[in-house]
Amino acid sequence: MEKPRSKKKAELVSKTISYILLTLLAFFFFFPLIYMISTSLNPDEREIERQMGSARAFIPEQVSFENFRNVFDRMPFGRYLFNSIFIVGSTVFIGVFVNSMAAYGLARFTFAGRGALVSLVIALMIIPFEAIAIPLLLMTARWGWLDSYHVQIIPFIANPFYLFLFYQFFIGFPVALEEAALLDGAGWFKIFWKIALPLSKPIIASVAILHFLMQWGMFLWPLMVTVGPEFRPLPVAMQVFFGQYPRLWGDIMAFAAMMTLPVIAVFVLLQGQYVRSVAQSGIK
Amino acid sequence: MARHVSTDRRRGFRHALIFLIPGLALLITFMIVPFVSAFIVSFTNTRLIARVPARFIGFDNYVRMFQDDVFGKSLLNIFYFVAVVVPIQTMFALALAVLVNQRIKGTTFFRTAYFLPTVTVMVVVSVIWSFLYHPEGLINGFMQTITFGRWTPIDFLNNRSWAFPSIMLLSIWQGVGFQMIIFLAGLQSIPETLYEAATIDGANRWKQFRYITLPQLKSTTAFVIISTTILAFRLFDQVYIMTRGGPERTTYTVMLHIYEQGFRRQNVGYASALTVAFFLIVLGISIVQRLILKEEREVA
Repeated sequence: MEKPRSKKKAELVSKTISYILLTLLAFFFFFPLIYMISTSLNPDEREIERQMGSARAFIPEQVSFENFRNVFDRMPFGRYLFNSIFIVGSTVFIGVFVNSMAAYGLARFTFAGRGALVSLVIALMIIPFEAIAIPLLLMTARWGWLDSYHVQIIPFIANPFYLFLFYQFFIGFPVALEEAALLDGAGWFKIFWKIALPLSKPIIASVAILHFLMQWGMFLWPLMVTVGPEFRPLPVAMQVFFGQYPRLWGDIMAFAAMMTLPVIAVFVLLQGQYVRSVAQSGIK
Repeated sequence: MARHVSTDRRRGFRHALIFLIPGLALLITFMIVPFVSAFIVSFTNTRLIARVPARFIGFDNYVRMFQDDVFGKSLLNIFYFVAVVVPIQTMFALALAVLVNQRIKGTTFFRTAYFLPTVTVMVVVSVIWSFLYHPEGLINGFMQTITFGRWTPIDFLNNRSWAFPSIMLLSIWQGVGFQMIIFLAGLQSIPETLYEAATIDGANRWKQFRYITLPQLKSTTAFVIISTTILAFRLFDQVYIMTRGGPERTTYTVMLHIYEQGFRRQNVGYASALTVAFFLIVLGISIVQRLILKEEREVA
């Protein structure tokens, strides 16, 4: 009788330790984000400066959206938001079609050089964007593409990594349905559009999420190719805003919060899917 | 008449081509061409905005690279960054994954909490942490509280020895959730029966971790280490926003140097040579990865 009880006790102790650790860690990951929110809501810049080092910074004496209004007064935030959404949205949207089509072409047809093409795609995955940034800048500058939307969209549509994720999905996917449709006289494009794509929703979601995250946070490229507010996306605008003196931390944090909280909200809702996407990115 | 699933290779290619053309054309134009041109341009004195036509200057850019003390400094810095961040972030990610993988209530909440920073844009993360690292900011305040006021406030980002470690900390904070999820997927693919057998044999939890979990996670770990390393080599956003490579170039990185040379000074020729060097380093690491992974598969 003694043994199970002591075992139960040990279990309880280990559970308690686990929860303490988990909670401390949650605090470590949360506190900068909470600090951002509470500072953004504090309309008194002098209070922010006075309390920035104490726990009281987390509880502002008064709460208002004044800092958020200031951001809109001080710079065309709406324009930057639109730019980011437009650039990221079109890249990811077109990217899903282009990458899945190419993957389908590689997965479903036999032709000479198919294996070589697959190897080429895998080899391209090794090239980090940073290794082509400067020559790409030179090329697009010569074409007169600088300071535009398309210079931030077109080069990032096709991506060997996302293409490969689609390829793996199609390879491991039964062809019976497609063959039946083919015998019924459907064309290949119709089969792709009506059968393969609708059945690929899970992988489309994964690729779209990873592509979105990469594109939404992009900084180095728009820093080099955009000049003014017209085509500039949020991350570069944030950096410009941050560089304006005197630094008004309330306004800066309001800008940061507006950029961050909607994305966090969406990802908390989609967290199961996000976890699957990241896990998939680690398969190979 | 119905068309057949063709084994005719020529017809197969014709059908495939329609699907392949958009993707391949884009990959060739925006990856392969710039990649190849980096090698070619690295042997010229090309400028971003050309006043005089560029000409071939042989290995001059590469010779210059070896004499460039700033490049040497940036290489040393990035190796320092990689050597600190990669082991810590990998072990931290594994620990988080093990913690979150327990069969207790609420793990979904904690898992979500740990990956929130990964969906926060690096520029925003850098801005928030610049505030935290302020001489009168929260981190100095916290240190003063726990040392009962004996802590002398540090201007972390303007301090030669503190600036880079400070950036390392926020980089780990932002990135570790991603590797945690990859480890979590690895943990969940370990067959439960292994642990059951070990429990019957009387192995405690540490032994189970040491002799089952770790060996089973070998290829996941290799993947995480190498992808984190490559990511770390690309360090740019944080140092650009928080320190611009300062103070006294203690946080100056290879990518910052490429940006400085290729964009600010418009020395595209020299920046291309730096790019080639950067790529060869990353490629070297990828080859090591392949070798390790291959070894793992043969052993398994």
